[in-house]
Amino acid sequence: MSPRLRAWLFLPPALAVAALMLYGMAGLRPFGFYPGPYGDVLDAVATAQRHVLNVATAVNFDYRGFDTLVEEFIFFTAIAGIAVLFRAQVGDARVTDEADVDREIPAESDGIGWMCYGFVPLTFAFACYMAVHAQLTPGGGFQGGAIAGSAFALAYMGLHYSTYRKFAPQKAVDAVEAAGAGAYAVIGIATMIASGIFLANVLPLGEKGSIVSAGTIPVINLCVFVEIAAGFIVCLEFFFKQTRRIEEEES
Amino acid sequence: MTLYLPYALVVWLFLVGVFGIVRSRNLIHAVLCLAVVQSSTYVFLIAIGFKRNAGAPIFSADVPVGTPAVDPVVHALTLTDIVVATVVTALILTMAIQVYRITGTLDPEKLRPMSG
Repeated sequence: MSPRLRAWLFLPPALAVAALMLYGMAGLRPFGFYPGPYGDVLDAVATAQRHVLNVATAVNFDYRGFDTLVEEFIFFTAIAGIAVLFRAQVGDARVTDEADVDREIPAESDGIGWMCYGFVPLTFAFACYMAVHAQLTPGGGFQGGAIAGSAFALAYMGLHYSTYRKFAPQKAVDAVEAAGAGAYAVIGIATMIASGIFLANVLPLGEKGSIVSAGTIPVINLCVFVEIAAGFIVCLEFFFKQTRRIEEEES
Repeated sequence: MTLYLPYALVVWLFLVGVFGIVRSRNLIHAVLCLAVVQSSTYVFLIAIGFKRNAGAPIFSADVPVGTPAVDPVVHALTLTDIVVATVVTALILTMAIQVYRITGTLDPEKLRPMSG
């Protein structure tokens, strides 16, 4: 089928879908006229109920904590899927790379290396700052985890591979990723034992505005942070490995 | 009419992404088009939770509880949506790499549906 014909074939169903979507959306309230009341109620009561200042975090890790658990498992499963798809290929890459075996490894640039030593801890510290202020400011484990992952990507790109390995020992990263996902479920079970309700907020709520306030929220948030950060590192590593000679692992 | 423009933007983003996939001659390009389709859901979620003259659902000493704030539920949904979408994109890119390894091409036109 020619691309032109395909584009013409796309037109009628696209118009039909567009018409259906627009028809459905015309039945919504106009933009800016939120029908409520769910969001309004949460905005009004969440701070008093859970001692959080960022209501979106309370929704994520408390009111909808179970959904977030499932979403974290989707994340974990996707990473596992990437691992499975790449697994058989690592060996293959070695065979096809024979021309590159004696290739000289370019020396690490001191300037870039020192910049990485400066920026990697800075990025990672910012990630931790984002993560621990989940219940107070726009931040949280998901955002912090993604930034922490990019800190490690920076270390990977700027430093020699053996130096990078000191930042992120492979076995430790794998274990931490699994532990992050598991810990969320363990917290759920622990709260169930303590109160009879899965993911109930059983810890003391603390003082509003403190980073240890809001009961189980910061604990779950920390698990998510660890899981997302480690997940991104594992994921990036699988992609990097596709082009890299794997000498360190062979020895 | 302008009050429905954000919804029209959602429809446009969705369709332009699907159109990109239909016309795609490269699997990486198709994955990026899928990301455009996904981003239509973010716009939609944020649009339905928006309130006029309301701020973010984050309170502080300067913004006491009771200040008009938008729906936090859709914000929480969008947040997890973005992170999950990232890894799912990575997963699909992995498949694109595997396709290239096995067939030597990323052009969907050149891929035969079945091979023995």
